[in-house]
Amino acid sequence: MEGIYHDTDLNESSEKTSGASPSSPPPKPSKEFIDHSVNSTLDAEEKIRMYSQMLRIRRFEERSLRAYQQGHIGGFLHLYIGQEAVAVGAVSVMTEDDHVITAYRDHGHAIAVGMDMDECMAELFGKRTGCSKGKGGSMHFFAPDKNFWGGHGIVGGQTPLGLGIAYALKNKGVKGACLCFMGDGATNQGPFYESLNLASLWKLPVIYIIENNGYSMGTAESRHSAGEPLARRGDSFDMNWSVHQGHDLYEVRAAMDDALVRAREDSTPSVLEIVTYRYRGHSVADPDQTYRSKEEIEEYKKNKDPLNLFRDKLLAEGLLTEEAAKALDQSAKDEAEASAEFALASPFPEVSELMDHVYWETDNPEHKSSTGEMFFESSLAE
Amino acid sequence: MAEITYRDALNQALSEEISRDPNVVLMGEEVAQFKGSYKVSEGLLEKFGPDKIIDTPISEAAFSGLAVGAAMMGMRPVVEFMFWSFCYVAFDQIFNNAANVRYMSGGLINVPIVFRGPANGGTNVGATHSHTPENFAANTPGLKVICPSTPADAKGMMKAAIRDNDPVCVMENTILYNLKGEVPDDEDFIIPLGKARLACEGTDLSIIAHGRSVQVALQVAETLSEKHNVSVEVLDLRSIRPLDLEAILQTVRKTNRVLLVEENKPFCGVDAQIAYLIQEQAFDHLDAPIKRVSAIDVPQAYSKALESFQIPNHDRVLAKALELI
Repeated sequence: MEGIYHDTDLNESSEKTSGASPSSPPPKPSKEFIDHSVNSTLDAEEKIRMYSQMLRIRRFEERSLRAYQQGHIGGFLHLYIGQEAVAVGAVSVMTEDDHVITAYRDHGHAIAVGMDMDECMAELFGKRTGCSKGKGGSMHFFAPDKNFWGGHGIVGGQTPLGLGIAYALKNKGVKGACLCFMGDGATNQGPFYESLNLASLWKLPVIYIIENNGYSMGTAESRHSAGEPLARRGDSFDMNWSVHQGHDLYEVRAAMDDALVRAREDSTPSVLEIVTYRYRGHSVADPDQTYRSKEEIEEYKKNKDPLNLFRDKLLAEGLLTEEAAKALDQSAKDEAEASAEFALASPFPEVSELMDHVYWETDNPEHKSSTGEMFFESSLAE
Repeated sequence: MAEITYRDALNQALSEEISRDPNVVLMGEEVAQFKGSYKVSEGLLEKFGPDKIIDTPISEAAFSGLAVGAAMMGMRPVVEFMFWSFCYVAFDQIFNNAANVRYMSGGLINVPIVFRGPANGGTNVGATHSHTPENFAANTPGLKVICPSTPADAKGMMKAAIRDNDPVCVMENTILYNLKGEVPDDEDFIIPLGKARLACEGTDLSIIAHGRSVQVALQVAETLSEKHNVSVEVLDLRSIRPLDLEAILQTVRKTNRVLLVEENKPFCGVDAQIAYLIQEQAFDHLDAPIKRVSAIDVPQAYSKALESFQIPNHDRVLAKALELI
């Protein structure tokens, strides 16, 4: 497997540096993945839709960055720019019985599963029209009606939850899987290993997708992890594991489809490491240049940008014209712009709404079974 | 109505609810083949099989989080902690995930889960195994927390907890597991959360307690009545969150003197909040300052000689009560 690592030790060149080294040529799409049935059967409409989804994610993220800079968004904003092919590729091979859970860099997955830009942008703005009614923010998007279970802020904290979703599917006899996305940094959290053990021991249909963007916040993989590749850690638990290139939509789709078939047909878990790259800092407040070079970022953009690579493919196949590609891009930009306008025009939640959504029971007083005081700051509590 | 132990009352509650609702499962360390470290789940594996009564590895973070994920999907898992002390390695799953998911999703998701197990000192197992985290749970909006002190409450409140649509932390007590009492055998015997119980009536002093401290309070009430001619009212909180504030205020208004007893450590213990609520809402009814007896404020001691003094015992509670009258 070539080009797995983003070695960012700027003072020494290592032989494993290949992911973004200035001398690396633009990657060639692998025939193995193009010929995979999940890709060879794609029609023009499906391909264009995936390209459009990646564009929509990127333009949404860019617009949200502007809104952050304009002061409309508070807290953290972890952008997905550069990683689009991972979420879009993975989600594109899901069935309606499959479910998704992810970490705090969740906007890309949210849009990929079909969440509306308006509700996502409004959530970032802290508005009542947000997907979590302004209670969750950037890191906590949810859409259970789209099998999307968050949006989780604590690194690795979602890995046991993904296991539980898979457990529930198996328990109910549903032939589906849980796609549990995580970053490379999360592979060093204890609950991840506990989850791998249970996933394999109990044969639960969970797929851990390590989106390895090379950095755990500002700490390069070479400084945060012993042993490589990260996915090999699944080997200790007798799990299927493999490493893939995240700039190649077809490779992501092929790997995901194989893992999903194993999960669906045999309830077998997998660990997939998808090597990718983020163009922006860990969060937008990140100094960025302290731990990686501008050249490294530019090199990746130039040679491995997942959107450019896929657009070129579609152009070469004659499925897309330059003009049509521009129109798709404009439409994504317009949609993102409209979502910002929607968010700006939306009302903030009322202070009285602070007390909503804490307990199911207090939200559903007609079904209240307990008595007594539930809240102890009397300014708002009844 | 039959006289059974607190342990058997919990066992009945689990058995009845697993029979009643296919979404209910019990999971934890040694709950199945070993029959439960404290035998609470004895006989359940034989009755319901390994799909319902599930042995887990020693992996509290993974199986707690797994259960939260399953609850988000509509199951009703009951997670047993061999000791509540072990929840500390699963803290993120309980206090971040179970407690916050509903709020962070703007009410789109609810987490009908029960975390249960013993949370007590007094068994000489040292500092790591003797935690009483009901104050942590009660300090976390999104969680409910109950501390049943009798066999009947253990059954009725456990059943209520399993049927509840929010996460409920049930804090039991290893010393109470052998306590016997009358327990209804009605399959819909439910004690709603948030309803305190007047364990005994009196006129001179109110002792408000939860968990095993209620049993200690009752012994002290007897001594005070027999040897000091003092009439004590004992209020068993049963449930910490939700809290029966009205019952608390009622007994304060009646006796005008209050002693709070708990096994929690004092700083930010449950009774710190109760004392605050009493002074805020019944100040004019108090004839004396509110007094507290809690665990002595050091890590739990191992030696029997030390620990039997450390947790609220008859003599410490009696001495404090006598200061009030």
